[in-house]
Amino acid sequence: MDIRIKMGKVLIVSPEKCTGCRTCEMACSFNKTNTFNPQKAAVTVFQYDEAAISVPVMCMQCEEPACMKVCTVGAIYKDENSTVLVDKNKCIGCKLCISACPFGNMSFNAEEKAMVKCDLCNGSPLCADLCPSGTIQFKEATPTELSKKKLVADKFMQLFQEVNN
Amino acid sequence: MYGWLGKLLRVNLSNGSIKEEALNFEDAKLYLGARGLGTKIFMDEVDPKVEPLSIENKLIFLTGPLTGTLASSAGRYEVVTKAPLTGTIGASNSGGHFGPELKFAGYDGIIFEGKAENPVYLYINNDKVELRKAEHLWGKTVFDTTDELLNETNTGARVSCIGPAGEKGVLYATIMNDKHRAAGRSGLGAVMGFKNLKAVVVKGTGNVNVAKPKEFMASCLDARSKLRENPVTGTGLTTYGTQILVNILNQSGALPTRNWRDGGIFEDADDTSGEALSDKYLVKNKGCFACSIGCGRVTKIPDGKFKGMGEGPEYEAGWSFGADCGVKDLAAICKANFICNEYGLDPITLGSTIACAMELYEKGIVNKEELGRDLRFGDAEGLVEFARLTAVREGFGDKLAEGSYRLAEEYGHSELSMSVKKQEMPAYDARGVQGMGLEYATSNRGGCHVRGYMTSPEILGLPQKLDPLVIDDKAQWLKIFQDLTAVVDSAGICLFTTFALGLPEISEMIRTAVGVNYSDEEVLRIGERIWNLEKVFNLKAGFTKADDTLPPRLLNEALKEGPGKGLVVRLDEMLNEYYKVRGWKENSEPTAEKLKELNII
Repeated sequence: MDIRIKMGKVLIVSPEKCTGCRTCEMACSFNKTNTFNPQKAAVTVFQYDEAAISVPVMCMQCEEPACMKVCTVGAIYKDENSTVLVDKNKCIGCKLCISACPFGNMSFNAEEKAMVKCDLCNGSPLCADLCPSGTIQFKEATPTELSKKKLVADKFMQLFQEVNN
Repeated sequence: MYGWLGKLLRVNLSNGSIKEEALNFEDAKLYLGARGLGTKIFMDEVDPKVEPLSIENKLIFLTGPLTGTLASSAGRYEVVTKAPLTGTIGASNSGGHFGPELKFAGYDGIIFEGKAENPVYLYINNDKVELRKAEHLWGKTVFDTTDELLNETNTGARVSCIGPAGEKGVLYATIMNDKHRAAGRSGLGAVMGFKNLKAVVVKGTGNVNVAKPKEFMASCLDARSKLRENPVTGTGLTTYGTQILVNILNQSGALPTRNWRDGGIFEDADDTSGEALSDKYLVKNKGCFACSIGCGRVTKIPDGKFKGMGEGPEYEAGWSFGADCGVKDLAAICKANFICNEYGLDPITLGSTIACAMELYEKGIVNKEELGRDLRFGDAEGLVEFARLTAVREGFGDKLAEGSYRLAEEYGHSELSMSVKKQEMPAYDARGVQGMGLEYATSNRGGCHVRGYMTSPEILGLPQKLDPLVIDDKAQWLKIFQDLTAVVDSAGICLFTTFALGLPEISEMIRTAVGVNYSDEEVLRIGERIWNLEKVFNLKAGFTKADDTLPPRLLNEALKEGPGKGLVVRLDEMLNEYYKVRGWKENSEPTAEKLKELNII
């Protein structure tokens, strides 16, 4: 049984703790593809020198995933734990989901011709396991944690827009 | 190839040609990468007698086989050249994210030859590599240069560059990457400046593969859990950064004070400690690529005459500007360190050179007219002013830019330079830490604490506690530490991992990454090979046993207080033992049998 059903766990990110080491990127890339390559990681650490902050960003497992809505072939679905997943067999690689995700949390692995997206490592995310500073934690989704998650998402959205403007 | 990518770039700055070439696999197996393999390549191509600041000198940027992987703190690359400050082999490594990015772009390293007519920078975007004009960047600080280069290339790229100090040939100019990380010692930035190479910018999207993914991952997880559980790498360095050592060394009576004149206890050490830094100026902790320790400190002086923001200081920088200059104003210490990062110069040598100037002034050897002001020990404003002047070689800063040895020698008092082979010794008074004395005297790049780090057993008790005040067994210990450090540097991981990891853990990561079935002993033998090769370089460059020594102050003037009271460094006894342990002749030269045994000749 998936651990999250019992625990209701989600990935919680606390950017104020992040040292910007990108261990999460390496852990994810290696876990999923057996190679070290930040491009293949479903998590990216955004670093803002001026403000001295780093923010690891990965799929938020949205309640109403924009990626899922735009997927014309129905390759993106939610499993019984509400984890948003991509069915490789159905995916045609049109990349509409990349444009749709407001956080930029979808990417494409050209070598393997597959979408790169956080799938929570089947209930035991390696990024959280190896994060040395406790920035990424896989925790029970208490209301406080969830509001914190939203706060982080909002903060990141703001930054994202500032950078793009 | 696994671990290694098997590809080097050769860039001739004189004629602008850029070529790819294959990495020699046999040499890679014998010397790993980074420091070791860089020295091997350098020696195959360049005469050790070469003038450091000449067109014939080459400059090599090289990663290790673990760089860019999940191995512990595996973000490092090495710069190898003949060093302007010392005339020895120059090899300095740096963390941050530049080294891994170079591997993601598909290269183990870059060999720069010749000299560009006008300032240029190298832009690597995977297999697209070009030299671009850099006139518009010449004269700019490290931070401005980095920002401009990211804007005109790719905001996700990584930059390694020099600041004004490298351009002006300050003999201890650094090469800076990711703004705050330095290939710091021996003046490698001056070589880059001489070559008119302002920067290397790299963006990569490729893979780094390892031979045995499952076993490699297991070795990385094992190493990471050991790093987490170790008091130094899991708590001390993480919580307070390297400045945590200020109080530890002061309590051991080994914090060199006022150009090492006043012994190893600084009465104001507490004001300059890692604890004080955390309380007053810490913004946040920062880690290099894939590092679980995260010893970096982002610091900010919010207001006042030393206002500024940046990173550090590290322990040795904090010591050189603090205890060594007798300065207790932590804001001034931070500011001098920020200047070093912005202008690209080595804070250890800068602080030690200013400390030397302070002593020359107090002794009446250098006068106020020459200096343009008073410069007594404890002068926080003088410290910051001379940091600025030195970075651009203005006023007396022009003389300080030559380092303490050349400065003191000019005034006929070279004995007041606290250096070995013209490079300043950092932060550990060898009279109170005897093994460090042997380490300074025998280091292949002159006065240096990271060619063995005997402080680990002698002060911190890792992997086991040695009495710092005695000389017994220090030669044997130092040999192992020097060899293991050469392995760590050459693999592309951070020396700090050795507080928690030993030869078995490090060997396992290397074996499973590169797929060569080395025994642990063979891995340590690689380190011995590197050490001997560096020694051969220095001998060919003209160094002799007479250069394996310490400033007279450490050999003749005993400590007046603290645990080491009454002690000088008992160098001669340790040195003779050391040459024996190394299998070298009494005149410090490796025997022919030793070199043959190590496949060096």
